Amino acid sequence: MGMLLEDGSRVGVIGGGPAGSLFAYFLLTFAQRMDMPLSVDIYEPRDFSKPGPAGCNMCGGIVSESLVQALAVDGINLPGSIVQRGIDSYVLHSERESIRIDTPLREKRIAAIHRGGGPRDISERTWGGLDGYLLKLAQDLGANVVPTRVGEVGWDDGRPRVKLKDGERTYDLLVGATGVNSSGWDLWEKLGFEGKRPETTKAYITELNLGNRTINETFGNSMHVFFLDMPRLDCAAIIPKGDYVTVCLLGDDIDHDLVHTFFENPAVQRAFPVTWIAGEGACHCSPKINLREASKPFVDRVVLIGDCGATRLYKDGIGAAYRTAKAAARTAVFSGVTASDFEKHYLPAYELIARDNRFGRLIFRVVHRVKAFPPLRHGALKMAAREQARPGASRRMSIVLWDMFTGSAPYREIFFRTLDPRFWVRFGWSSIRAGGGRRGKQMEAAHGTGSAG
Amino acid sequence: MEPGALGREYEDREVICRQGDRGDCMYVIQSGTVDVLHQDGGAEVLVGTMKAGEIVGEMALFDRQPRSATVRARGAARVLTLDKRAFLRRVHEDPSLAFRLLETMSQRIRALNTELASLKQAPAATEREPARLAGRRG
Ligand SMILES: Cc1cc2nc3c(=O)[nH]c(=O)nc-3n(C[C@H](O)[C@H](O)[C@H](O)COP(=O)(O)OP(=O)(O)OC[C@H]3O[C@@H](n4cnc5c(N)ncnc54)[C@H](O)[C@@H]3O)c2cc1C
Repeated sequence: MGMLLEDGSRVGVIGGGPAGSLFAYFLLTFAQRMDMPLSVDIYEPRDFSKPGPAGCNMCGGIVSESLVQALAVDGINLPGSIVQRGIDSYVLHSERESIRIDTPLREKRIAAIHRGGGPRDISERTWGGLDGYLLKLAQDLGANVVPTRVGEVGWDDGRPRVKLKDGERTYDLLVGATGVNSSGWDLWEKLGFEGKRPETTKAYITELNLGNRTINETFGNSMHVFFLDMPRLDCAAIIPKGDYVTVCLLGDDIDHDLVHTFFENPAVQRAFPVTWIAGEGACHCSPKINLREASKPFVDRVVLIGDCGATRLYKDGIGAAYRTAKAAARTAVFSGVTASDFEKHYLPAYELIARDNRFGRLIFRVVHRVKAFPPLRHGALKMAAREQARPGASRRMSIVLWDMFTGSAPYREIFFRTLDPRFWVRFGWSSIRAGGGRRGKQMEAAHGTGSAG
Repeated sequence: MEPGALGREYEDREVICRQGDRGDCMYVIQSGTVDVLHQDGGAEVLVGTMKAGEIVGEMALFDRQPRSATVRARGAARVLTLDKRAFLRRVHEDPSLAFRLLETMSQRIRALNTELASLKQAPAATEREPARLAGRRG
């Protein structure tokens, strides 16, 4: 066989997280369209039905608006058996105020899910996890799941080979979808990947069991994000699910002190029910998050997708896994599996993500400045609140904040939207008013519910 | 209502989009069914009924014509809206997103062909019918 996939070609996928499963799903879908039977093995040691770390690929559990939409067009409509809550708004908290921003159509466009079988202290499993659902989609199309961690790889006469305890398997194409939370990259270096590994930092997640009723009353169907002046903290969110809320902190090497300071912050305390005693839940973790892409994501017959290649900075990592997985599957089925095929047809999608992150890094630097200067911080929130209170008004700040926190739009788009002089005139005016305004007063948008207070 | 349901809930007979309107989005049905209705003068013709998982309202995204039909919930239905601009940008990046739309459209053309064929046969049948009856009578 040459460097094109043909009838009966063998494809190995190491890692059955979203990237690996979606790759297998799209590869088999495209191959079916071409009437090309392929044999696909997915190596995944986790049992995604298990609660706690054994079944979990640690994540905030937001499936972004853009991913929900793209999957729906692809025929993957996320069912109520895995979506614990449809999110229709977010509430932005600062020390002084909380405002709520709705989707324009008041539609539930974002999905809150658990990745695996739920937190370790879960008593009853009502929902399945996203990773198990996606893996099953790939299995239903014929992918074979091998419940093993791959520890050794090599080459067999120009083809990648996976070495297992009970033997070896050689593939026409091997796909790396090992994420950044394992020693997976050692495998890729053994196969000759040179250049930089993805750059990572430590994030933080905890799952708090507050009960469905309290969550409905306190958090509603809103994602709660915090606009606080805390060094090293880039994003902080509370994501309501069924019986749990997920608290997720992203930034520069989040450590115990920062977590403690976050929970003690008055804005955070205000977001929780008054009876809540600050502290982390029984299930908490400090997973690594990919900050910068691997410099070269392919060689002949091997391609890296998802987090172990490139992802979007702090946002929509599952969406980036979908995009890289699909681009790699398209290349493999319709073009070929040489390094030059991947360079021509896969690299553009990969670089689009990497280039966009440059705008992302710039935006986060500006946001840090805005957060550190109270008149600007309050001005931003005031401007958004005013837009929300006046239906039909242009929603410049609301859209920027929405896209920023939900990860719905590319950073580049957000950046260029903020270049509009009208944005800065309004922002400047709101900041001047906020600077001279009444301190300590809480405001709420006209659409706000009690959830913000 | 299911807490994890995505999209927006429409009540029985609530209009999702209206014939003649500008089409700046399309819809994916999440649960329930919707009717597609064509208004001709005063008359309303049911063109089709669509169910969960199906895409509706996509034509206006591609031909930039006003909506050719009204889409209305039949019983309670939940529908996800997909914005035109965001969608077309995604298609530009990932042309394979259009596969399923092409599939949907080609299925519709097949169904239309079948209907057209049966309509073309129908007048012939009615023309033959009186003769046959007359023959029997005679
Ligand atoms: C704190 C935090 C919060 C986040 N929140 C969100 C969010 O809300 N929304 C969002 O979209 N993204 C979020 N992300 C990003 C998201 O988690 C990742 O982008 C996504 O999981 C990437 O998918 P993946 O399949 O590439 O990798 P992973 O999900 O890490 O999956 C890798 C898989 O490979 C398997 N594996 C590894 N090594 C081997 C081996 N040697 N052999 C066999 N299998 C192996 C692992 O068991 C695992 O199942 C968050 C990330 C962090 C750290």
